[in-house]
Amino acid sequence: MDVVLLSRLQFAAATMFHFLFVPLTLGLSVMVAYMETRYVRTGDETYLAMTKFWGKLFLINFAVGIVTGITLEFQFGTNWSRYSAYVGDIFGSLLAIEATTSFFLESTLLGVWIFGWKKLSKKAHATVMWLVALAGTTSALWILLANGWMQHPVGYVIRDGRAELENFAAVAFNKFGILEFFHTVSGAYVLSAFFVMGVSAYHLLKKQHVEFFTRSFKIALVFGLASSIFVAAIGDTHGVHVTKVQPAKLAAMESHWGTTTRAPIHLFAIPDEKNERNIIEIGSIPGILSLLGYHDINAEVKGLRDFPKDERPPVMLTFISFRAMVGLGTLFILLTVYGWLRRNRLMESPNYLKIMLFAIPLPYIAIELGWVLAEVGRQPWIVYGLMRTSDAVSPVAGSQVLFSLIGFLVVYGLLGAIGFYLIAMNARKGPMPE
Amino acid sequence: MLLESIWFFLWGLLWAVFFMTDGFDLGVGTLLPFLGKTDADKRLMINSIGPLWDGNEVWLITAGGVTFAAFPTVYAFMFSSLYTPLLLILFALIIRGVSFEFRGKIESPAWKRLWDACIFIGSVVPSVLFGVAFANIFQGLPFDQNGYYGSLISLLNPYGILGGALFLMLFLVHGALWLAIRMPGQLQQRAASAASRLWLVLVVVAVTFLGATWVVTPLYENYLSMPLLFVVPLITVAALFGIKGMLVKKDFLKAWISSAATIVGATFFCIIGLYPNLFPSNMDAAASLTAHNASASPLTLKIMLVVVLIFIPVVIAYQVWAYFMFSDRLSEKDLAAEEAY
Repeated sequence: MDVVLLSRLQFAAATMFHFLFVPLTLGLSVMVAYMETRYVRTGDETYLAMTKFWGKLFLINFAVGIVTGITLEFQFGTNWSRYSAYVGDIFGSLLAIEATTSFFLESTLLGVWIFGWKKLSKKAHATVMWLVALAGTTSALWILLANGWMQHPVGYVIRDGRAELENFAAVAFNKFGILEFFHTVSGAYVLSAFFVMGVSAYHLLKKQHVEFFTRSFKIALVFGLASSIFVAAIGDTHGVHVTKVQPAKLAAMESHWGTTTRAPIHLFAIPDEKNERNIIEIGSIPGILSLLGYHDINAEVKGLRDFPKDERPPVMLTFISFRAMVGLGTLFILLTVYGWLRRNRLMESPNYLKIMLFAIPLPYIAIELGWVLAEVGRQPWIVYGLMRTSDAVSPVAGSQVLFSLIGFLVVYGLLGAIGFYLIAMNARKGPMPE
Repeated sequence: MLLESIWFFLWGLLWAVFFMTDGFDLGVGTLLPFLGKTDADKRLMINSIGPLWDGNEVWLITAGGVTFAAFPTVYAFMFSSLYTPLLLILFALIIRGVSFEFRGKIESPAWKRLWDACIFIGSVVPSVLFGVAFANIFQGLPFDQNGYYGSLISLLNPYGILGGALFLMLFLVHGALWLAIRMPGQLQQRAASAASRLWLVLVVVAVTFLGATWVVTPLYENYLSMPLLFVVPLITVAALFGIKGMLVKKDFLKAWISSAATIVGATFFCIIGLYPNLFPSNMDAAASLTAHNASASPLTLKIMLVVVLIFIPVVIAYQVWAYFMFSDRLSEKDLAAEEAY
């Protein structure tokens, strides 16, 4: 079988699975740290119970997230060795900086947090959780700078047949990576807020631990409202930057074939890649794609037909991911704004609570689709404009990759099933009676 | 040249610290079915490494990341050549990591047996395979300019297996000593006597390894050209016998420290012998990857050196703090805590 395709599938499986757990780690760590701080400040035992309950769910989730992250540090070498040799000078250093500055802190201090309840003062214990949250966030920054460099390589020079670092500041302040960081982290906060609201809604619907879960819900609601607005605003800025540095991705996002000014978006369309057109286009609104890409309704947007065929990303997948992500993002704003209006009458809003319970998976879908858009939309490049994905794989046998891919699917499938089962079981159980 | 050599030894140091720290976690995990007679025993053993194993494992991630940053060609070629053994190690470590978290979440003997088995496999497999992989690097691997010709089976040659046995024994002794520090009552005595018996096997394996290394690898060449370096293996052997001395005195903390010194010394004995090779070929010396022909650009090496010199001491500081916090003797009472595994 095709080594490139198998390697891509394996990388997609490994990263997408890892990313089922990372966002909740990023957001829930902040909320748990906040709850514990409230406990330290007020001495209110409910906040302590909240810290322990949400902390427990955080830890199960963290365990699966952390172990699946280990393989990613090595996958570039095992499956993408030509890529690694070509860009390791820059890309590798970002991963190494992440491990040294962030991952160590997060892992060591989390152990201290779990087992340190009696060994540390209350204040110190809460501080440890804030440091865990901080380390997770800086970890995300370095990883997204690494991805940002693949999306928009800067600060390098080609020397001795590879990309070598020339300007570290350019790499560390790469606008693409910074925008990805804010978009991803705020997206992770949305996901975590919806998780907490959904689990709280479950118990509120059953009218149990009402005080406990009303408080949890409200904390998450504020967190979720702020982040769902922020993630959209950053997404908009990000869109303009993508237009500038990855015009083919923008065109694929809206399945925009011909170069036009006042480029429209279509409420409904079906891309037809073979014939370089859309089979159906319904409800076209002129100027919106120009507005999205350039913040100018009259701007000219280059269509896919004006890119060489071998420099176009797969249109269908990019197109669907973008629309679904944006649609879901809009829904998150509506749901949190509505929740804000009902915040003092949650118990009288069973339908809203039901919706919020069933909304738990939606941010997961949105955030995964965001990554599909970012990565599939970058194709056929592994490093945009610099190296093609097909030139990047290891010279390993297809059978080797096939076996490891099956291994990944089986092991990760089982771990994911058990992980989510345990999270759901403990979430349903509710807080420990103190 | 100097920068590349500094990075070569930093690279060795990261691996040494990984083996020294996660080594006892892996040892404890391997000893779990042998020393843990009851569920309480097993829980005590798991809780003795519970707060620390995760931070320890990051040394592996960092060793991987630093290989990528400082020696990208080695990272690319080594990991794609050792594809299957590396993925086996990673899968094993994944299973071990979740087992600690999953094991106590459902009260059922069958459920616990499942994760006990996973902890054992997830500990013994990486211990042995790390040894196999490194021993094969020491003796050189079958590759030339056109690529790698080995397989998982070809790695399992006698010297490779001997390397696997050495790592396993080092980690078992290290783990048993950790348990002798942290376990209460009967379990502590079992751990201490296991450490004594395992130590004897370790001495036999270590002597065999040192002899075999003379015969099948070129590691001693650096020592013969600079005899002063022999001080490293001498200190290592002294530390190895120090373990026994401290065990007799029942000073388990010092015995554990001797064991830690043995692991670091053994790693450095090999790394010094390997220098400047990182991934040597036994078919065509010109194809060997060395600190000089496989390194990153001077700018990257300089920036990374600054990062490492600032942050690694900080990491060591807070890890030592965590070690002090979690090196007291556990008791059955600790198992009642809500957070206990």
